[in-house]
Amino acid sequence: MLQEESDISLIIAQIVQKLKGSNLYAQLERQAWASLQRPEIKLESLKEDIKEFFKISGLFPLPSHPAAPPEHLKEPLVYMRKAQGSWEKRILKSLNSMCTELSIPLARKRPVGEQKELLNKWNEMGTDEPDLSLFRPVYAPKDFLEVLINLRNPNYENGDSLSFRTHLGLIQVPLKVKDIPELKECFVELGLNTGQLGIDDSTQVPPELFENEHVRIGQKVLAEQDSAAAQQYIRQGSPTALRAELWALILNISSQPEDILYYEQLKTNVIQHDLLVDSLIYKDVKLTASNDDYYFVFEDYLYQVLLCFSRDTSVLNHFAYNSASPPKSYIRGKLGLEEYAVFYPPNGKILSINFFLSVAPLCFLYHEPSKLYQIFREMYVRFFFRLHSISSHPSGIVSLCLLFETLLQTYLPQLFYHLREIGAQPLRISFKWMVRAFSGYLATDQLLLLWDRILGYNSLEILAVLAAAVFAFRAVNLMEVTSLAAAEAVLADLSTLKVMPLLQIFLFATVT
Amino acid sequence: MAGKVKWVTDIEKSVLINNFEKRGWVQVTENEDWNFYWMSVQTIRNVFSVETGYRLSDDQIVNHFPNHYELTRKDLMVKNIKRYRKELEKEGSPLAEKDENGKYLYLDFVPVTYMLPADYNLFVEEFRKSPSSTWIMKPCGKAQGKGIFLINKLSQIKKWSRDSKTSSFVSQSTKEAYVISLYINNPLLIGGRKFDLRLYVLVSTYRPLRCYMYKLGFCRFCTVKYTPSTSELDNMFVHLTNVAIQKHGEDYNHIHGGKWTVSNLRLYLESTRGREVTSKLFDEIHWIIVQSLKAVAPVMNNDKHCFECYGYDIIIDDKLKPWLIEVNASPSLTSSTANDRILKYNLINDTLNIAVPNGEIPDCKWNKSPPKEVLGNYEILYDEELAQGDGADRELRSRSGQSLGPKAGRSRDSGRTVLTTWK
Repeated sequence: MLQEESDISLIIAQIVQKLKGSNLYAQLERQAWASLQRPEIKLESLKEDIKEFFKISGLFPLPSHPAAPPEHLKEPLVYMRKAQGSWEKRILKSLNSMCTELSIPLARKRPVGEQKELLNKWNEMGTDEPDLSLFRPVYAPKDFLEVLINLRNPNYENGDSLSFRTHLGLIQVPLKVKDIPELKECFVELGLNTGQLGIDDSTQVPPELFENEHVRIGQKVLAEQDSAAAQQYIRQGSPTALRAELWALILNISSQPEDILYYEQLKTNVIQHDLLVDSLIYKDVKLTASNDDYYFVFEDYLYQVLLCFSRDTSVLNHFAYNSASPPKSYIRGKLGLEEYAVFYPPNGKILSINFFLSVAPLCFLYHEPSKLYQIFREMYVRFFFRLHSISSHPSGIVSLCLLFETLLQTYLPQLFYHLREIGAQPLRISFKWMVRAFSGYLATDQLLLLWDRILGYNSLEILAVLAAAVFAFRAVNLMEVTSLAAAEAVLADLSTLKVMPLLQIFLFATVT
Repeated sequence: MAGKVKWVTDIEKSVLINNFEKRGWVQVTENEDWNFYWMSVQTIRNVFSVETGYRLSDDQIVNHFPNHYELTRKDLMVKNIKRYRKELEKEGSPLAEKDENGKYLYLDFVPVTYMLPADYNLFVEEFRKSPSSTWIMKPCGKAQGKGIFLINKLSQIKKWSRDSKTSSFVSQSTKEAYVISLYINNPLLIGGRKFDLRLYVLVSTYRPLRCYMYKLGFCRFCTVKYTPSTSELDNMFVHLTNVAIQKHGEDYNHIHGGKWTVSNLRLYLESTRGREVTSKLFDEIHWIIVQSLKAVAPVMNNDKHCFECYGYDIIIDDKLKPWLIEVNASPSLTSSTANDRILKYNLINDTLNIAVPNGEIPDCKWNKSPPKEVLGNYEILYDEELAQGDGADRELRSRSGQSLGPKAGRSRDSGRTVLTTWK
């Protein structure tokens, strides 16, 4: 901080120096001298009075420009905002109708006996067997994809004639996406001449060449607690042993007593009140996480984190820059009265199916619930929320889809065209990978290497690049399939893929 | 004929049969001329028994050593290890060094164990020293978790007391013998659950000792959250990780079967505990496997017709210390999930590649030194011949420093020559 302050004073001093020779300064000085005659200026508070005088005299109007309306911070394009709005209405309607159908309140206070029971079972909610057959997920990625496919910019006219510039993919909005030369510039640290974890730490490469030095630098970064350096460092991947700390450093998470207290408070909220969305979360985790080869062990952590997440109102803050808005509900009987409006769920986020996949990989790094929770929440409000809302942001899901399709169409045109012809639009297969940031599809160690780069580059674009790289890798097999089902089968199992070589080859070793 | 290997088995498992068939081997019966016999442990007893046994010819190989039970029976394993430790102590070997409490520094890898009823009084003495401890009773000759129970009161094992007037425990035959071991009630938990490690170790010869470890071991998780609470001592789902037991639990999952790969475990431990302690843990695991083999090597009948693939069960406690629980001569070849089937199929495949070189009719006079390329997912755990090539002083230096030299960190290396720095 001290460094910053002295920097700023230095800059101010420099500006003052420059101003001294200008006309403006002469004017100011003259006015100041003249104002000394005025009665409001007193000797004791000379500095303040003169400042006040300048302000109200209107001599020097304060520089200003019309402030951007808050909606623009969320999403500058109107048609995107509208689309997000109607998508939200749909979700809410679905939730409300399920609620009415099942006659279950959106929220209710738990009776004391039930509270005690839940508290006892807090660490093993996985053993519960409530009847969840009537609950349906509110929405699935497929539904979301359909909405994205139908997005249109009303100001944009494609023209009827097909040309080589026509985009053949599913996404039909004109957003700017990077091409490979631009991606190469952006992801320069992934280049062939730079050491990477995920490539240069494989068993055939002697650790003296890269790995040992990289680990040493990582330890230094952690010792200095330099968040910006950590972000730069992690672009080359994080050593397994340092990853937990590095991520915490980059995300600015430090476990202070107040954080632990906050988590405990959330836990209490879960115990005291039962939300309808809780059952949805429960069913989702039960059916899917408990069957996952890697994540089944952490089933109980997933319940804890997700239930607390639903109660966390601090998450509402991120809606300032999220194109989405939290669904509002009203206390029974007070429909429409703003004083009785609440956000439902309290954190404003209705979760899609398999949402737990964003949490599960983190269980490999953090076994303390409150720290796990904080890391997850920060990852969500920085990155993952963009995968669930309609926006024009370069890391938003719309841009990622478009980036993926464009890369494929531009650099693998034959494959793209073939798949399109057989009714297997590539996005239909890769969408589920991207919307889950590949969690549940890659082996855990590979996934963590990928998420290292998300943190390092502060962008999700790498997900689209990886998706395209996977298609490129399996291109030969894909060229031979004749149906969507067969294409899905070729791409069903990604668990043996090594992420970094794929990315490197696609970006840096393919003739473009 | 043209030299096709003739095989027999009395274990009808597809992972075995598929492997034989894929090599183009010919199935025959036990009474015919066979080259390769994958036997159950009952059969091996007959083959090598004094009365009914027969001599094996040079072109016949079997998958068990005649007296494998020296390692695979719980009581004999402990006996052999205790004897081995005493011998080293007598020799004044630095391996047998003890700490101030009288515990072996490098050879304390089996929980305190006594045979019942033979050591009953010794056990009682030990029990009284720490009366709040829990002990686990295991029948010597059974497998799959059968007949195991936990006790924390002397009254629960009154039957085995030799002095007991009301003893209804009549049979003195070794089949009914039990071992009682100190129960490890602080196991390392992941996700709140207890797990153990199953590692496969192939031994092609005991003298000189040559053994290989399968890289793809796995962890078996309990379905229920672990609790050391005494009220749950009877709940076998909490304490026993055998799949045969867990399979019947309510929460048993048939897709992944409650298993993790060892590499997953390694990733988790490195991420949450750090590189050094994880590497140390895995080095210790290799160490205890080799020591256990060395302990039985002198008494093992090193019949040249034999090889054996053992299933080692290891538990890690919350101080990241590994404990050898037992060694299985017939590790289960049943597959509980699809992944499991693939793993066991590959295990047999790699085992056969090492034991029966080139898939041709074996000649048991060969030097049992397969080329590196056929190892598959095995890596050399210990090769006594190679190790003897190096100087003896290397071992002293490395062991007393509890580190395995500069190459110790490269545990992912193929070739594993680093392990031969200790003898």
